[in-house]
Amino acid sequence: MATPLVVSDVAKSFTMHLRDGVTLPVVAGVSFSIRAGECAVLGGPSGAGKSSILKMLYGNYAVDEGQIIVQHGDGLIDLASASPRTVLSVRRHTIGYVSQFLRTVPRVSALDVVAEPLVERGGDRETARAKARSLLAQLNLPEKLWALPPATFSGGEQQRVNIARGFITEHPILLLDEPTASLDARNRDVVVELIAAKKAAGVALLGIFHDLDVRDAVADRVIDVTAFAAGKIAA
Amino acid sequence: MTDEPLLRVSALSKFYGSRVGCENVTFDLWPGEVLAVVGESGSGKTTLLNCLSTRLLPSSGTASYRMRDGQWRELYRMSEAERRFLMRTDWGFVHQNPADGLRMTVSAGANVGERLMAVGDRHYGRIRATAVDWLSRVEIDEDRIDDEPRAFSGGMRQRLQIARNLVTGPRLVFMDEPTGGLDVSVQARLLDLLRGLVTDLGLAAIVVTHDLAVARLLSQRMMVMKDGRVVESGLTDRVLDDPRAPYTQLLVSSILQV
Repeated sequence: MATPLVVSDVAKSFTMHLRDGVTLPVVAGVSFSIRAGECAVLGGPSGAGKSSILKMLYGNYAVDEGQIIVQHGDGLIDLASASPRTVLSVRRHTIGYVSQFLRTVPRVSALDVVAEPLVERGGDRETARAKARSLLAQLNLPEKLWALPPATFSGGEQQRVNIARGFITEHPILLLDEPTASLDARNRDVVVELIAAKKAAGVALLGIFHDLDVRDAVADRVIDVTAFAAGKIAA
Repeated sequence: MTDEPLLRVSALSKFYGSRVGCENVTFDLWPGEVLAVVGESGSGKTTLLNCLSTRLLPSSGTASYRMRDGQWRELYRMSEAERRFLMRTDWGFVHQNPADGLRMTVSAGANVGERLMAVGDRHYGRIRATAVDWLSRVEIDEDRIDDEPRAFSGGMRQRLQIARNLVTGPRLVFMDEPTGGLDVSVQARLLDLLRGLVTDLGLAAIVVTHDLAVARLLSQRMMVMKDGRVVESGLTDRVLDDPRAPYTQLLVSSILQV
């Protein structure tokens, strides 16, 4: 089976120049791979570096050492050393990301926030909106909210807009940073269904889930992040 | 996106006597890409913008631009007339103060129409129709077309300046603090408008700003300048979420949380 994402020996630390250059090691020796059609879950307590790993895989955090090999189009690229332009292309076509919080833009409707990633990939706006409508309906977001900008929505409503935005495209790799954190049971089940559909479509998923029920329902495998504790390797 | 950049800048420096304006700046800009240049006052970002837009000539270094016919031209070797033609047709420049980019004593419609006439359009009806269309795209009512920008509010003037710049379908737009000096609510509207126009038209833009939130909203890529030098560059969200250079960390940590 195809393995679109291979992480090897990745290390990350933060150097705080405003605190006399103190270095905070985050993770080291991070190595794992994700196969198409599988959902792996990053496990470990808060502060173990789970989110940092996801952010490095999305190019949002810089990588100090190691390689992140991604199947991008017909070739392989190392995201850890890729140019900004390549990272943008990977985000557009290969790696999708559902963040914990929605970063809202003033005056853009929920429907267009959801449709935007498809339009950016060159899709037709009306087709994208139709798909956005069906996802928002599936996630039980009241129809009267669709035309409104999500800035004033509740946490759970924003989260559902965010999930719809993340799931609307057909990226072969999808990163999920606690997508169910502020959802009720009914909508958690919808997310579990959406993830199952992505798996069936051959998408490689990597997520963080603190909710044990959701985690058990979606995870094929748990990757224990404490094994990559930076202190351990250094000591 | 094509595989060739639109603008290639190499080792660009500008000195004012022995003082450094900007030093050794190198980057490529691709079609459709928005690059934010951030830094505090005096960091050299406006000097850089003025050199790139050929309003100033650099002390050393090169900048090449890919013309519409695909030919690469060295900006600082073009004649003054050629540069001015580029500036009027294929480029736009949005000033912080709209009065610097508008003709304050001619009507809003003429401000937009003038750029069209500069590219050879002579048909009055067509020019006026295009002007009306552009005024509506920047959310200025049609019945204001014959008013002078002197009678406009700051936010409206800025939107008019944007319409004037974009009407010729430029491929590259320079912006110097486009939202500076505006109320926050007016700023949000303008940013949203700019963001939409840049995406819809596939514009490349270089935006100078000291406001990191503006940079985050508008740009994909960012350069941080201090004392005339680029101290950090990369993807906008990477630079803001994982700043590496001491100065960038200072800038990011200085943002007030609302």
